[in-house]
Amino acid sequence: MTTESFTPHAQRARTITEQHLGDRGPLMPVLRDLMEEFGHISRDDVATVADVLNLSVAEVHGVVSFYHDFRTTPPPAHTIALCRAEACQSVGGEQVFAETVAAHEGRDDVEVREVFCLGNCALGPSGMLDGRLHGRLDADRIAALTGDWR
Amino acid sequence: MTTVWVPADAAAVSVGADEVADALVAAGATVRRNGSRGMLWAEPLVEVETDGGRIGYANVTPEGAAGVLDGHGDCLGVVDDHEWLAGQRRVSFARVGVIDPQDVEGFEAQGGWAGLRRALTMSPADVVEEVTASGLRGRGGAGFPAGVKWKTVLGAEADTKYVACNFDEGDSGTFADRMVVEGDPFTLIEGMVIAAYAVGASEGYVYVRSEYPHAITALRRAIETAYTHGFLGRDILGSGHHVDIHVRVGAGAYICGEESSMLESLEGRRGEVRAKPPIPALKGLFGQPTAVNNVLTLCAVPMILADGGRAYADLGVGRSRGTQVFQLAGNVARGGIVELPMGVTLGELVEGYGGGTRTGRPVRAVQVGGPLGAYVPPDRFDVQMGYEELAEIEAMLGHGGVVVFDDTVDMARMARFAFEFCAVESCGKCTPCRIGAVRGKETLDHVIAGRDVERNLELVDDLCNTMTKGSLCAMGGLTPMPVQSAIRHWPEDFDRSHQEQEGVPS
Repeated sequence: MTTESFTPHAQRARTITEQHLGDRGPLMPVLRDLMEEFGHISRDDVATVADVLNLSVAEVHGVVSFYHDFRTTPPPAHTIALCRAEACQSVGGEQVFAETVAAHEGRDDVEVREVFCLGNCALGPSGMLDGRLHGRLDADRIAALTGDWR
Repeated sequence: MTTVWVPADAAAVSVGADEVADALVAAGATVRRNGSRGMLWAEPLVEVETDGGRIGYANVTPEGAAGVLDGHGDCLGVVDDHEWLAGQRRVSFARVGVIDPQDVEGFEAQGGWAGLRRALTMSPADVVEEVTASGLRGRGGAGFPAGVKWKTVLGAEADTKYVACNFDEGDSGTFADRMVVEGDPFTLIEGMVIAAYAVGASEGYVYVRSEYPHAITALRRAIETAYTHGFLGRDILGSGHHVDIHVRVGAGAYICGEESSMLESLEGRRGEVRAKPPIPALKGLFGQPTAVNNVLTLCAVPMILADGGRAYADLGVGRSRGTQVFQLAGNVARGGIVELPMGVTLGELVEGYGGGTRTGRPVRAVQVGGPLGAYVPPDRFDVQMGYEELAEIEAMLGHGGVVVFDDTVDMARMARFAFEFCAVESCGKCTPCRIGAVRGKETLDHVIAGRDVERNLELVDDLCNTMTKGSLCAMGGLTPMPVQSAIRHWPEDFDRSHQEQEGVPS
């Protein structure tokens, strides 16, 4: 045990993990809760989770690295997740994605990422802006919706 | 005081339904929130209660919201009588968009719990028999007879058994699972309790994708309500039967919609597929016998038990019985939910219900059954929508998604995208899928750049053969389906030898 494990953050991570000790197969709910709490899952958190759940660090790391949702670095202030799947492509989603990436080039407070399907396939192009679903998107609408992100 | 209904469905909310609801409250109306009727092109679709029925107004804006109270706006007339709905056969979607999704009394008033009540008076084996008689097949896409699966689980010797609901609806062009859970979550709960009773399970898990936050909230709330009212937990309706349902949220992995990968994820591991046998029905979640069913499969069960398997089996075509919830998506004038008996033609869906493309240009291709489904050209629109009927034209029904493309689509790029998607989402366990997807994408890049087209297409064909025959699961096994259908029906898009070679690394 390092002094690391006594920081408030580490204590909190430990508490969150312990809350799921009664679950069958608790790892995914634990990781989801850590994401909810901290916005990412750090190396130290992986070690904490492994310790509490009696798993190897490698196993926990393997699960964290498998899923797109789990990030290991703190998130930027804002995220734009745009759908690049077929239904949104059929109504110009690829262009919206490319234009949005270009418009946010060099902004380290905004992350533009791809997702494949948000279940809004009749009202595409679709995207999530800071976790809120929007349909019938184009570059202008995204600009209007993100206008106050400066 | 006028009562109006404004959908709280994620699709409606994505185009401003919440703002419309706020404006209607400000205008003095009593606002109730329903699911969506599935007429997604008309969202936000506001319904005003009148003595003559619920009158619909399409594409209502916050500015125009107050006007609908005085009859101003794009009026659709009585929504129940609208041509889009009147011809449909809504079984699983009977209550979606009609009721307040969280109103358990409203659910019961509209026929809810009738299937469960009847099931609890029968023996588990008789419940399984009823589902077998209905001819219901796996609506996730595999089309395996649900009754046969349940019978296997029921017959398995084990202290613990599970029901696992696959709500990882990742296919592009599909949203029926999401909409039924948001619009009528008690139907899924009822289906799961019946399934648990039938196979002898006392614990159920719903694995829902993280991209569906509205549905997660709706389902959790409904489960809480079901516990409070004695439809979940101990001694359900005095039957002595006990069922618990847990919701587990995925973390962004398309492959977790494959049943064995989903089970791995539920157990807290990387979502890598399992080799079969053993089948999940004998050795599934935590090594125990598990009935794994899709949301739509489970949502068909309450009606089958309430009305009898025969009534369901009377609908359909060939060996595809009952109704299918089709989802019209992409470049389509009228996208949304169309629930009809199996056997409707693809053309009726795309041209009839869908009204052609949103852009008004000619339809060039339709992808049926998600990203692993074939692209179908308009000259095959006479195909009947059924498992075997689609297989005959080398296509598949999948989860019932229908994605429309107009004549501006580049089919070589769509084929390339199929490989790209597989490369991103492959679990990596088997080589044909992990390596094949990447090599396929690279080889099609050469084709698109006009390099050695004929030889590279031969290579793609060979690669597809390897993936089809050598992959562990449908991810690698079916990725060739969209690729090869694109090459087969639109060869002109792959003939790039005359083009300028540009922008693609050798």
